[in-house]
Amino acid sequence: MFSFLKKSTKKTIPNGHVPKIKMTGVYKTFGEKNVLNGVDLEIKKGESLVIIGGSGTGKSVTLKCILGLLSPDKGSIKIDGEDVLNMSPHERERINKQIGMLFQGAALFDSMSVWENVAFGLLQGQKMRKKAARAIAIEKLAQVGLTEDVADMYPADLSGGMKKRVGLARAIATNPEIIFFDEPTTGLDPIMSDVINDLIVSCVKKLGATALTITHDMASARKIADRIAMLYEGKIIWIGTVKEIEKTTNPYVRQFIAGSATGPIHISAKE
Amino acid sequence: MEFIRLIGRVFINFFEAAGRLGIFTLKVIYSCLTPPFYFKQLFSQFLEVGFYSLPVVALTTTFAGMVIALQTYTGFARVSAEGAVSMVVWIAVTRELAPVMAGLMVAGRIGASMAAELGTMRVTEQIDALTTLSTDPFKYLISPRVIAGLLMLPILVLIGDVLGICGGYLIGVYKLDFNATSYLVNTWNFMKPIDVISGLVKAGVFGFIIALMGCYNGFYSKGGAQGVGTATTNAVVSSSILILVFNYIITEIFFRT
Ligand SMILES: Nc1ncnc2c1ncn2[C@@H]1O[C@H](COP(=O)(O)OP(=O)(O)O)[C@@H](O)[C@H]1O
Ligand SMILES: [Mg+2]
Repeated sequence: MFSFLKKSTKKTIPNGHVPKIKMTGVYKTFGEKNVLNGVDLEIKKGESLVIIGGSGTGKSVTLKCILGLLSPDKGSIKIDGEDVLNMSPHERERINKQIGMLFQGAALFDSMSVWENVAFGLLQGQKMRKKAARAIAIEKLAQVGLTEDVADMYPADLSGGMKKRVGLARAIATNPEIIFFDEPTTGLDPIMSDVINDLIVSCVKKLGATALTITHDMASARKIADRIAMLYEGKIIWIGTVKEIEKTTNPYVRQFIAGSATGPIHISAKE
Repeated sequence: MEFIRLIGRVFINFFEAAGRLGIFTLKVIYSCLTPPFYFKQLFSQFLEVGFYSLPVVALTTTFAGMVIALQTYTGFARVSAEGAVSMVVWIAVTRELAPVMAGLMVAGRIGASMAAELGTMRVTEQIDALTTLSTDPFKYLISPRVIAGLLMLPILVLIGDVLGICGGYLIGVYKLDFNATSYLVNTWNFMKPIDVISGLVKAGVFGFIIALMGCYNGFYSKGGAQGVGTATTNAVVSSSILILVFNYIITEIFFRT
């Protein structure tokens, strides 16, 4: 009878019915090129979803649409049941405060030291004092396996693997509810890739966050994912758990996980 | 038929670009006027645009003042009007040479570096990263640069005015053998505030244009290192052209009789 009273606390209760992120019929075209052709995707709260797909299939575009960096031509995107496409910039900022993102090339600010990079969201977004922010930054750096002496270095002095770690520390610095990873292992050697995969799994688990990773690295996908979705020709053509993907008969998925040049997926020479 | 289509395409591209620049300009003005303000960024841009541009502006305006004294003297000697040198130096430096020289020099220095910096930030996704960290790139990156351009250029030009006049004075007195006192008295009697004011208004507009074009080209650059190079070139070329166009327009507004 008083159930309506509970309505306001609904968002904090883990709720199976409202997906954390829901995309419905998302289209995005650049010039004459249809990149997304009606993407439908649901990500449950606390789950780790991995989108796989070839290079240039629109994986990054999908992420950027959810983040509001690109606006889709058509379709709806909801985060916690709120339509984020028709939001005021102010509301959008509020939503973005609960999202962390690790960019493909780490995208560290090269005018700032490592700790200032990690603490950027705390200093600018939350107006935290320098000393407190630095302490958190160093704690987060430790969490990704970097020592305090890295804190005062500059991004230009770091190796690729270290940059990814700093980027990861920056993404988790504000304890976000949602974290996006754009090709976290691309450009790293296999051992460093595995280290980053482990860090992602442990960081996500520690935060209890919802994670969306895009990659074309199957080893990484198997390690990180609760569920895997495959993006092909602008649509999600398959979605299922890690176990299911090993057994699937879908020829596109089979070709992708086998890494074979023969199959239904054709790479045109133009691309 | 092909030809008409080509013309159509050129026109459409032109209006599209003009519209995009217009919207960008409005967004920039809006974000300059609304909080949050990033004073640390603003201060470092003051330093970058104002302080570090001082040497080139000082050098160019001094030489401009010197050469105008020399040219006027040799030119006006033909009509026996050498006495006008001090006035011509005053007018030329304050109204034209200092603002235009400073504008073009700063366009090369600052416009290029803004486009290169923002362009690199764009292609390495640093601008996207700013947004995901709840910081508006317009307010954090662009507003400080545009405000710095708008405020620092007039200061630079004021200094350039002084140095240009001094340059003219040096040539007039030590090379052309004018009497020092009468040269100064001539200048003093002739000068009007409007000359300096029009120059400073120009400077403000030029500073705005330089920062705007630098940021615009950098902000929308794409395609890796080559794209950043193109953005840098476009920033310098477009701001230089706009400076010369607006120089004429503002002169027309101030001194139309
Ligand atoms: N801002 C943009 N403007 C024009 N085309 C774009 C833009 N962003 C992405 N694209 C195009 O969209 C396609 C998909 O890109 P992307 O999502 O980055 O691929 P990936 O799956 O490798 O991450 C590419 O062909 C790319 O050229
Ligand atoms: Mg990508």
